[in-house]
Amino acid sequence: MTTPLLEIKNLHASVEGTEILKGVNLTVLPGEVHSIMGPNGSGKSTLSSVIAGHEAYDVTEGSIMFNGIDLLELEADQRACAGVFLAFQYPIEIPGVSTKFFLKAAVNAIRKYRGQDELDAMDFLDLVEEKAKSVNLNIELLDRNVNQGFSGGEKKRAEVFQMALLDPLLGVLDETDSGLDIDALKIVAEGVNKLRSPERGFVVITHYQRLLDYIIPDFVHVLMDGQIVKSGDKSLALVLEEKGYAAFKPCGCSCGC
Amino acid sequence: MSTQKNNLDVRKTTIDDQITSMPMPSSGTLLSSSNPVEEDTALLKETFKEKYKWGFVTDIEADSAPPGLDESTIAFISAKKKEPQWLLEWRLKAYRHWLTMEEPDWAHLKYNKPNYDEIIFYSAPKSLEDGPKSLDEVDPALLETYEKLGIPLHERAALAGVAVDAVFDSVSVGTTFKDKLEEVGIIFCPISEAVHEHPELVKKYLGTIVPYSDNYYATLNSAVFTDGSFVYIPKGVKCPMDLSTYFRINAKSTGQFERTLIIAEEGASVSYLEGCTAPMRDENQLHAAVVELIALDDADIKYSTVQNWYPGDENGVGGIYNFVTKRGKCQGDRSRITWTQVETGSAVTWKYPSCILLGDDSVGEFYSVALTNNYQQADTGTKMIHIGKNTRSTIISKGISAGFGQNIYRGLVKIMKSAEHARNYTQCDSMLMGDRCGAHTFPYIEIKNKTAKAEHEASTSKIGEDQLFYCNSRGISTEDSINMIVNGFCKEVFRELPMEFAVEARRLLEVSLESSVG
Repeated sequence: MTTPLLEIKNLHASVEGTEILKGVNLTVLPGEVHSIMGPNGSGKSTLSSVIAGHEAYDVTEGSIMFNGIDLLELEADQRACAGVFLAFQYPIEIPGVSTKFFLKAAVNAIRKYRGQDELDAMDFLDLVEEKAKSVNLNIELLDRNVNQGFSGGEKKRAEVFQMALLDPLLGVLDETDSGLDIDALKIVAEGVNKLRSPERGFVVITHYQRLLDYIIPDFVHVLMDGQIVKSGDKSLALVLEEKGYAAFKPCGCSCGC
Repeated sequence: MSTQKNNLDVRKTTIDDQITSMPMPSSGTLLSSSNPVEEDTALLKETFKEKYKWGFVTDIEADSAPPGLDESTIAFISAKKKEPQWLLEWRLKAYRHWLTMEEPDWAHLKYNKPNYDEIIFYSAPKSLEDGPKSLDEVDPALLETYEKLGIPLHERAALAGVAVDAVFDSVSVGTTFKDKLEEVGIIFCPISEAVHEHPELVKKYLGTIVPYSDNYYATLNSAVFTDGSFVYIPKGVKCPMDLSTYFRINAKSTGQFERTLIIAEEGASVSYLEGCTAPMRDENQLHAAVVELIALDDADIKYSTVQNWYPGDENGVGGIYNFVTKRGKCQGDRSRITWTQVETGSAVTWKYPSCILLGDDSVGEFYSVALTNNYQQADTGTKMIHIGKNTRSTIISKGISAGFGQNIYRGLVKIMKSAEHARNYTQCDSMLMGDRCGAHTFPYIEIKNKTAKAEHEASTSKIGEDQLFYCNSRGISTEDSINMIVNGFCKEVFRELPMEFAVEARRLLEVSLESSVG
């Protein structure tokens, strides 16, 4: 039997004493793409932050295993080194730090963790050029400070580029489609599709079904009020689109209760 | 990261017009933004375990004056230096004036005032009694001290291409590269030597930029200054190398009162670097220096400081009081003076390197990074006094506060009636780490000519969890992330520093912030 890439069991997490996740279960096998959909406030972003190790969230119950290791034992930077990548919904700006410098530090931190030699400037630039080409990223963007002066689309594309560069086992995309027009969405989706492989898995968090026209998921889960209330294949996304989230409320009606 | 920007309109203040009087007005705060940060930051716990690495004491016999200050102490210092009568009289005039002055308390600083009766105002390593004839005659223990400090004093100086004048407690212990500089007519020597060998220059310029009556600490310095550097760059000469001074306080209970005078004649240019360290001691030691710069037509002086005096321990015990008056005068047309400072040390800093822009088209610049950690306090900034036409000034100030540190930017931009089309740009950014430190800005802008343009931008930000999380999520450790974020914040200032100093500054910042996040 294949070791699951990600195995979340009965995950409860809270922020400042308020419980957001109330028993999430999710298993992702290598090569699979899982989409998590849900209304605002259902806990989608919390789930991605908890997987990546944001300290503001307290895990009060449950477990997250990643490729056979206990993810909750690791700090955020160690999780990244172990192969978890989070593409941010709102990528953070770092004034005065060039993107290239930032990414070289990231690549070498991860290589060091994996027992590989650090890349020198030349090798790093070769790698950057190769990966930038693969996601259609204007390489001049990388001379700017991290996410500063990037348009919304550039930010998202840069996130996908970073994912390509850091070569994770698991990519978590937190509403990568938000704020993108259809052309930008296609480019981002294409970048992600290129990264799909038999070893790599994805958790694609989205509010709208639209993204899933371009990144075809193997499974779709509906997250509501901190729990996965329904799982299915990609057709579930279409049902959602048609009926809205209300249909998945415990009472089953569309009354908005 | 939350950022708030203030774009200040030009406003008038009610400060007195004496450009050479107290560096800053004693009352009337224009804009004060205090930032006691409320948010809880679990990540940012101050543990500050990093030890001051320059805290060793060199065991050398010292020749000292008895503690305390009266006219006989001044006579003693003057006699030790075999000074001419005019200088002794100047010192005494300053001392008598000092007795009538009060220690200033307008700065946003809290500290116990120094007890001037307990300070030793003169301390010289004894083996220098008759002055070393060459570097070979310098006490090996002294040279070792400088070696520990990483100063290229000997042959290493040649490799580094830096000429060094090292001031240890109160006397200069050796100036490298003197001969080579002399070939092009540059004078670079201890000021005590310049008094004897170039009295006409010293007499002409000493106290013309910072008069003996200027302010409490400068007046004290005028009375008791012991040594410092003297630089003279003749007409049209571009100094072929960076000149450098290292100051070190070694003996116990001593004050250090050095005085530096730099003169750049027409078309001359020089880059001068200053570094400072001191041993770890429980009591506070006073450092009250004066630096005067004069730039004639088309001359260019770049003065860079990396200040790393002992900051006191993690409970705020000990450390240097760094009360310094630095001022440059762009006397000639098209002259330029640039102050760049990286202030990471000292328990208390009170320092406003300033420019008097007298010549038409002259330029004044001030680039500053000030870091306060633990219980350090820094009240620092600049004054730009525009007198000539088309004068320009730029102020970039970066304050970083961690632990219980208090960081104050205080700056004056003054555009006089005669300063047609003067321009100023001020940018003043503060970064807070943790929720127990403070950042305050007190900008004063005074404009008397309506063709003037002055811009002021200020921001306060906090190294946020989100920024750290973003770096972490890319595999970068928290400590490396903080260094990266802080260095990015200071970039505009670091790029003004000479290469080797920029490297040192980055390293110092890293050391000073080590373990600042738990």
